[in-house]
Amino acid sequence: MAIALNLLVQFAQMVLVLALAPLFAGFVRKTKAHLLRRQGPPLIQPYREVLRLLRKDVVLADSASWVFRVAPYLVFATTWVAAALVPTFATGLVFSYAADVIALVALLGSARFMLALAGLDVGTSFGGIGSSREMLIASLAEPAMLMVVFTLSLLAGSTQLSSIAEFMQASDVGLRFSLALALIGLIMVAIAENARIPIDNPATHLELTMVHEAMILEYSGRHLALIEVAAFLKLLLYVSVIACVFFPWGIAVSGQGPVAYLAGAGVYLLKLAAGGLLLAVFETAIAKMRVFRVPDFLGAALMLGFLATLLLFVTMAR
Amino acid sequence: MDRFALDVAHLFAGGLVLVSFMLLYQDRMTGVVNNFALHALVVSLAVAWQAHIQHAPHLYITAAIALVVKAIIIPLALHRIIVRLGIHRTIEVVVGIGQTMLAGIGLVALSIIVMLPITAKAGTLTQQDLAFALSVLLLGLLMMISRRNAVSQVIGFMSIENGLILAATGAKGMPLVVEISVAFSILIALIVIGVFLFRIRERFDTVDIHALHEFRGEQP
Amino acid sequence: MALTGLLWCVGALLAVSVAAIPVARLRSASTLVYGATLSVSALALAIAIACLLAGGPLLGALTLPVGLPWLGAHFRVDALAAFFLIVVNLGAAGASLYGIGYGRHEEAPGRVLPFFPAFLAGMNLVVLADDAFTFLFTWEFMSLASWALVMSHHRRPGNAAAGYLYLIMASFGTLALLLAFGLLAGPAGGYAFEAIRAAPPAAGVAAAVLVLALIGAGSKAGLVPLHVWLPLAHPAAPSHVSALMSGVMTKVAVYGVVRIVFDLLGVPTWWAGALVALLGGVTAVMGVLHALMEHDLKRLLAYHTVENIGIIFIGLGLALAFAANGMRPAAALALTAALFHVFNHSVFKSLLFFGSGAVLTSTGLRDMEQLGGLIHRMPLTAFAFLVGSAAISALPPFNGFVSEWLTFQAILVSPALPQWLLKFLVPAIGALLALSAALAAACFVKAFGVTFLGRPRSDAARSAREVDRWSVATMFVLAAVCLVAGILPGYFIDALAPVTRSLAGARMPPQGALDWLTIVPVAQSRSSYNGLLLFLIIAFAAGLGAEAIHRWASGALRRSAAWDCGFPDASPATQYTAGSFSQPIRRVFGSVVFRAREEVHIPPPGDLRAAEMHVRLRDVLWDAFYVPITRVVGYVADRFNKVQFLSIRAYLTLVFGALVALLMVLAVWQ
Repeated sequence: MAIALNLLVQFAQMVLVLALAPLFAGFVRKTKAHLLRRQGPPLIQPYREVLRLLRKDVVLADSASWVFRVAPYLVFATTWVAAALVPTFATGLVFSYAADVIALVALLGSARFMLALAGLDVGTSFGGIGSSREMLIASLAEPAMLMVVFTLSLLAGSTQLSSIAEFMQASDVGLRFSLALALIGLIMVAIAENARIPIDNPATHLELTMVHEAMILEYSGRHLALIEVAAFLKLLLYVSVIACVFFPWGIAVSGQGPVAYLAGAGVYLLKLAAGGLLLAVFETAIAKMRVFRVPDFLGAALMLGFLATLLLFVTMAR
Repeated sequence: MDRFALDVAHLFAGGLVLVSFMLLYQDRMTGVVNNFALHALVVSLAVAWQAHIQHAPHLYITAAIALVVKAIIIPLALHRIIVRLGIHRTIEVVVGIGQTMLAGIGLVALSIIVMLPITAKAGTLTQQDLAFALSVLLLGLLMMISRRNAVSQVIGFMSIENGLILAATGAKGMPLVVEISVAFSILIALIVIGVFLFRIRERFDTVDIHALHEFRGEQP
Repeated sequence: MALTGLLWCVGALLAVSVAAIPVARLRSASTLVYGATLSVSALALAIAIACLLAGGPLLGALTLPVGLPWLGAHFRVDALAAFFLIVVNLGAAGASLYGIGYGRHEEAPGRVLPFFPAFLAGMNLVVLADDAFTFLFTWEFMSLASWALVMSHHRRPGNAAAGYLYLIMASFGTLALLLAFGLLAGPAGGYAFEAIRAAPPAAGVAAAVLVLALIGAGSKAGLVPLHVWLPLAHPAAPSHVSALMSGVMTKVAVYGVVRIVFDLLGVPTWWAGALVALLGGVTAVMGVLHALMEHDLKRLLAYHTVENIGIIFIGLGLALAFAANGMRPAAALALTAALFHVFNHSVFKSLLFFGSGAVLTSTGLRDMEQLGGLIHRMPLTAFAFLVGSAAISALPPFNGFVSEWLTFQAILVSPALPQWLLKFLVPAIGALLALSAALAAACFVKAFGVTFLGRPRSDAARSAREVDRWSVATMFVLAAVCLVAGILPGYFIDALAPVTRSLAGARMPPQGALDWLTIVPVAQSRSSYNGLLLFLIIAFAAGLGAEAIHRWASGALRRSAAWDCGFPDASPATQYTAGSFSQPIRRVFGSVVFRAREEVHIPPPGDLRAAEMHVRLRDVLWDAFYVPITRVVGYVADRFNKVQFLSIRAYLTLVFGALVALLMVLAVWQ
């Protein structure tokens, strides 16, 4: 009985994450529009886009293979599963022990692998541009991510997101400079991985500024709908990770009952709103970098992670 | 020493190391000068906090000197010099920025490895401050040797002095006399350097020290 | 007893090798020979698995009255040997099964068939050897057999030079191992491993032995800077032999290091761990960066082997560091990670080499820049290659991810180490490991994408056909092993427990009994991973998505020209090539590591000549290390040339001088 209930809560988180992802993307777009003194599209516009794409035909290039057709399903499935394993309104759910932070990052890596292959599948130069730049950004972002994980695991003694969130919430961590550095590093990695400004422009279709859009240029119809939803889910995943690790107040613990879960969900929505607002302000405030400045950006994130680890070693040497 | 005081001191000392890294990352002149102002601001905050927890009022004067002279007057003067000399605004680096930052991390690790066992008997606060002060010193030296531009070398030199101030306050008990004499000698050094900079600029139309190479006699 | 069975298997392999010399002329010779090696290897594999799982009663030692009269030839099978025998014989069985199909296209069977079983026999014997003399003899036998296989197509350009370099490096490695064993045996001269174990050497001698073992066995494994022969020699051999050399022979070299450093040297020092881990980290990054710059498929795979050997040595170094500080469970974790990666790498590297062999058979080309679109012509090979690429890029739910995850967990335990240098070095090595893993994924997107996806760039690629069913069956079996090892890693970790218990004195917590088949490296609260559950949830999510799409979305699909932003170009030359795919990475990393320089010559408008782009890469290690050594050797050789032309009186003076010098040494020593 108890296990059926736990499974239900986990499934509820999966559905919640899927339902919220397009809304979050719509909220960020609307906020950016307001900052630019425009009306902007309605909040539910991403849902409408996905539904419109689902109704359209798929136009496949002559040279596309089964990899091209299967990739959207795999990308969607791995990203959805990864997003479902991050604590949103409660920690310690049934499946959350199947994967820790490193496994989550690797799951996103699987999705990226399939997408990069799909980019190369049709045999055009746009797909190649997107794939090669995406793999460059990934190769620089992963060491930075690992350093952030190392700092967190040094402090919390675990790489499970649930355990880290509970540790940050419960114990008196105090004012830790290393955590601030790790937060900034994680934000930089999240921006790079989600193809936001200043790394990539999610709203453009110019080849000079494309990374993610170039890889999915040939997709249409239901395939494109799946990939768009996967991109929304990935953004939601990173914001959820930042929220549950660095701002864990209000998260329920598994087994506390439905009232605590609802309260946790409410707090989670507030955190998402705050994160979306900050993301919109950040994207409006700076310009996109040229591609060969991205290594400097991610190198800075790596340095911040290293520095956080070193500083933590100093304070823990008692 | 209670946790909060220790954490805030750690915040300022770590922040100083971070700003030293930001100094290494800059590739434009105005960015370097503004970052140096931030560097001086952080060190004055660190010294002021030390004054508060050590109950040593004379350190407030040190903090005030650092704030007024180094965070306000010197950056303003440097901005004027840059405009007057018409120095072009990008800084040439000897090795790539990425490698410089990696070397910087190595230097921080080295200072921690060296300092922590030596100061094992002192209090935690002193340990931290000395380890970070050595890092700031080494990072300042790194900045001096990895830049070709004379103005950025001067800034590196002054950031070394900030590191020394942090070390001295952390070691508990830096008499005001020492602070004044050190500051005075730095001031003299700066005036001499400034005079030379003007002369070099007049003569060679540039402050890139590499250009001086051609005018050295007796090349091997 | 199991050992007798294994020695009979080796004897059978040697018999097949001898019998293959007259038989090689027959039409069905390759089927016979490879079939025989397949059955013998399968038998040896079964015996080895039984030894590892059943343990005590099946293990044992034996001395044969061959070799040196006062020493004999000692053989032993213990847990470590049993594990490496599994690796060797699994690879051997796979290569034999593949060879049944591939060997039919061999143009010079007389040069390959006799040496293949001998190579297998040599590898098995190295793992079974229990004294220094047998070890070195069988090591050299293995090297010579593989050299003969490398030289089997010696008229092809580059192969002879590759064989020459291989011979030099192998001899150099054996010399280092000879010195290492000499130091270990000590003045008493006890060469049996039993005697060496009973008398562990002093600290300085142990350091020298460690360095010599790293040089000797590390050069065969492919540690930087001794890896230079690997990308030349491995691709020169026939594809199933390349798979054996990359996937299995390098692991035999790792066995050599493990045996000498963990077993014979006694308690390690912490700086030994730091050195090995640092070498491993540098090897990993250098290997994958070289692989990214390559566009020859087999050389890319060979450089990739170097990267994975680096990952294995990171795990071994961490195990040494933990063992030196008495942290036994952590040492067991690191050692399990390294050994699991040994197994995983032999499986997926063999799979990838078999795939490249299939491409070579089918198109006659190894150069990726001429291939493309092979997924339409060779769908089964492409699928197996895709599984291998995903496994080697450490993507869940395959096996490569599990061993890299375990290595990361070992790195995350490192803050408990007391030495400050280790505390700072290990996170840096962790960053190197993460970098190499991400670059490996980039490398295999390039390898699979440029070779199999896209449009064909040459006629050979356009007219390719699927290879025979033996090759395809082997590749699918190995792909299935990759998936199973990734989904059910707990059983593999438990099987490694006797090995880590004998080497590190502890074992990882038993994994088989945990619910849902999760694996827990240290403690449940710290971290856990469940490959099976992840696989099931992903399949469920994909199925749910597909079902929802099927029900509510439009099912229409039509084919058309590619969109390509409105410029669909019929020429396949506009696709991304391997060089263009790795250009961003070459710009970021290559300008430092390889001093990569690009030059573009564009003719002025109106000139009809083609534009040219030249990319120059320099191998820094080759320039800094090997070229000076060859210059010195050449110089010394030139000087010594004079000795050929002396007069008789001069020769007599030399003899006289040598005699007097020896007598003086004897006088002083008394």
